[in-house]
Amino acid sequence: MNTLEVRNLTVSIEGETILKNFSLTIPKGEVHALMGPNGTGKSTLAKVMAGHEDYTVESGEVLLEGVNVLGKEPDEIAHAGLFLAFQYPLEIPGVSIANFIRAARAARLPEGEAINAVEFYKELYEKMDALKMDRKFTARSLNEGFSGGEKKRCEILQMSMLEPRLCVMDETDSGLDIDALKIVSDGVNLMRGPDRSFLVITHYQRLLDYIVPDVVHVMYDGQIIRSGDAELAKELESKGYDWIKEAHEAATAGV
Amino acid sequence: MTPTLETPMESLKANEPAWLAQRRAAGLEQFKSLPMPTARDEAWRFASVGKLEIDDYNPAEAPAEATLDALSERSNLVTERAGRMVYVDDVPADFECIHHELTEKGVIYLPIAEAIEQHPELLERYFLKESTELGSKKFFGLHAASAKAGSLLYVPRGVEIDAPFVNYYWTSGSRSAVFPHTLIIAEENTKVSVVDVLFSETDQNEALNVSVSNIHAGPNAHVFRKVVQDWNHRTVSFQLDTTVAERDAQVKNVAVNIGASRARYESQTRIDGPGADVKMYSLTVAEENQEFDQRTHQTHNAPNSVSDLLYKNALLSNARTIFSGLIQVAEGAQGTDAYQTNRNLLLDPTAEANALPGLEILANDVRCSHGATTGNVDEAELFYMMQRGIPRRVALQLMVFGFFEEVIDKIDSDELADNLRKLIHRKFDSRLKSF
Ligand SMILES: Nc1ncnc2c1ncn2[C@@H]1O[C@H](COP(=O)(O)OP(=O)(O)O)[C@@H](O)[C@H]1O
Ligand SMILES: [Mg+2]
Repeated sequence: MNTLEVRNLTVSIEGETILKNFSLTIPKGEVHALMGPNGTGKSTLAKVMAGHEDYTVESGEVLLEGVNVLGKEPDEIAHAGLFLAFQYPLEIPGVSIANFIRAARAARLPEGEAINAVEFYKELYEKMDALKMDRKFTARSLNEGFSGGEKKRCEILQMSMLEPRLCVMDETDSGLDIDALKIVSDGVNLMRGPDRSFLVITHYQRLLDYIVPDVVHVMYDGQIIRSGDAELAKELESKGYDWIKEAHEAATAGV
Repeated sequence: MTPTLETPMESLKANEPAWLAQRRAAGLEQFKSLPMPTARDEAWRFASVGKLEIDDYNPAEAPAEATLDALSERSNLVTERAGRMVYVDDVPADFECIHHELTEKGVIYLPIAEAIEQHPELLERYFLKESTELGSKKFFGLHAASAKAGSLLYVPRGVEIDAPFVNYYWTSGSRSAVFPHTLIIAEENTKVSVVDVLFSETDQNEALNVSVSNIHAGPNAHVFRKVVQDWNHRTVSFQLDTTVAERDAQVKNVAVNIGASRARYESQTRIDGPGADVKMYSLTVAEENQEFDQRTHQTHNAPNSVSDLLYKNALLSNARTIFSGLIQVAEGAQGTDAYQTNRNLLLDPTAEANALPGLEILANDVRCSHGATTGNVDEAELFYMMQRGIPRRVALQLMVFGFFEEVIDKIDSDELADNLRKLIHRKFDSRLKSF
C-alpha cells in the first residue's frame, strides 16, 4: 500500500485557491522531494495534510496508508503516522523539550500504561548526541530563544523520537549551516527504512545532496508540473526556476 | 452582622496583656465602624462587592480529636522542614517544635498564643501593628479582634536556617470563621523561609478566612515566604499581607492561589531601607465562578532599592480576576528599580481578567515599568502541539503549566513545586475534559 496518496486536492484560504487539483503518491519506503519557488503552496499542502483547520478543502482526498485524514483532528493524524517538521517551529514557553516529547509519547500509549522514565531519557540523550544537541537542552523551554538551526534540529529530534511512518519536512534546511545540514541529514538517513516514507520540501537542491531522494517533484502555482529522479533537482539548480516556469507556461499556453 | 463575630471571645480577653486587649478593642471598633466596601470605592473597583457576605459565620467550635489527627496527617506538602504547626479551625492540632540547636541560637518558633505569654515585649512591638492600606482595613479590624491562631517566627541576628517553617491552617467546621496570623521577624544578616498553607478539610465545609501575615526583614535579612491557598469553593477569603524591608534586605513572596469562591489578596511591600530587594510573585488558577481580587503596593521609601512583581493568572469558564497594583516611589528614593507585570491567559471567552496597573513616582532618577497583558490561547501553538499527537486538552494543560512555570520556578523546592503542580493539575484536569 502507498504511504501517501493525495488525490485531486484543491484548497483555498480566504477565497484564494492555493492548491489546484494537486495529486501526489508516495509508495512505502520512498523519499520524495517537493521543490518549488516561494508562495507556490508547499507549506499549505503540509499543513492541510496535518489537519490545520484554517484552510478550506474544496475537493480531493489525502489518504495516509489508505485512510482519508481530511477532517480529522491534528492529533489523530499524528497518531495515524504523520509527522510534520515545521518550517517555522513554534515557541512554547515553560514547556521543556523533554516534557513535551514525553507528553507526545504518552499520548500514544494505551490507557493505563506509563512511560519508563529511565529508558526514555536514555533514548532521548542518545538521539540528542547523534544530532549534536547539548543535553542541557532537554530542560529548556521548547524552541524558546533557540537559533534557527537549533529549532530545526529540535524538530528532527522530535521526529526521531516519535517514529512516524510519513515524515513531512518543510524547509528543514533553511537556517542550517553546512555542518548542521550534514548532521541533520545523517539523522534523517538513519531513519530511512522500508516502512517509512518522506516528503522533503525544499527550495534548494543542496539538502538533496545529503538526503538523496527517490523522486523529485517540482511544484508551481499549486500543482506538480514535473517529476523525475534526483537529477531533476540538479538540473533545476543549474537552470533555475524560471526555466521550469517558462516551460510550464509555454505548455499551458499551448493548450 | 453576626453578633458572634463582633464579640471577642472571653478566652482571648482573659489572660491577655493590656496592650493587646486595647488592640483587639480598637480592631473590633474599626470593624464595626467602617462601612462595607462598595463598588464606588477605588480600592474595590471591579470587585463583586455585592456578593461579599461575611454574615453568619461563627468563631469555630473545637474540632474532634480525630479530625485534628487526620488533618495533621494530611499536612505533608513539605517533608524537610525546620518546624511545623497545624491548626484546624484556629485550634492547635499539632506543633513540631524546633531543634534545640536553633532554640539555643535564640530562634523562636511558637504558636501565637504561647508567644503572647512568653514574649510579650516582642509581640507588643510587632503583633497586629501593620495593617493594610489596600482597602480591607475593616477586615483587618476583625482579624485583630479575633486572631488566636498563628505562628511567631523570630530569627535573631546572624542566624541562617535553610529548611522552611511550615504552617498549615485548615478549616473543618460548618461556616467557621478563621483568622490565621503569620508573624515573621528576621533580624540583621539572617536567612529564613516560611510556607503557609491554607486548606479545607472537604469540598463542602463553608468558611470565612481573614488571615494576616507580616514580614519584618531587618538589615540584610533574607526572607522567603510562600503561601499556598487552596480552600474549597465554599470559602470566602481575605489574605492581608505586608512586608517591611530594611537596608539590603532581600525578601521573596510567592503566592499560589487556587481555591475559594472569592479570594481577596492584598499584598503590600514597604521598603524602608536602601539597597533592599523585594520580589512578589503570584500564580492563580481561576475557574467556574471564582473571583480572585488582588491588590498590591510596592512602596519605595529609601534609595537604590529594587522591587519586582509578577502576577500570572490563568482563567477558565466564568472566572474573574482583578489585578490592581501600584508602585509608589517617595521623593528621596532615587535609584529605585521597580517593576510590575500582570499576565492573564484566558482559556475561555467567558472568563474576565481586569488589570489596573499604576505608578506614582516622586523621585526623578528611577527605573520603573508596569505592564499588563491579557491573551487567549495561541492557536498556532496549539496546532503545533497537537501535530505531535498531543490531544487538545493535554496541550492546553501543558500550555497553562508552561505559563505558570515562570512562577513555579521561583519556589526553589522541587518537592513543593511538584506538590503544587499536582494541586493545579487536580483542579485543571476535570475542567479541561470539556475542551
Ligand atoms: N494563512 C494564510 N492566509 C492567507 N494566505 C495564505 C495563508 N497561508 C498561505 N497563504 C498564501 O498561500 C500561498 C502559498 O503559501 P505557502 O503554502 O506558504 O507557500 P510555500 O510554502 O510554497 O512558500 C501564498 O500566496 C500565501 O500568501
Ligand atoms: Mg513554505
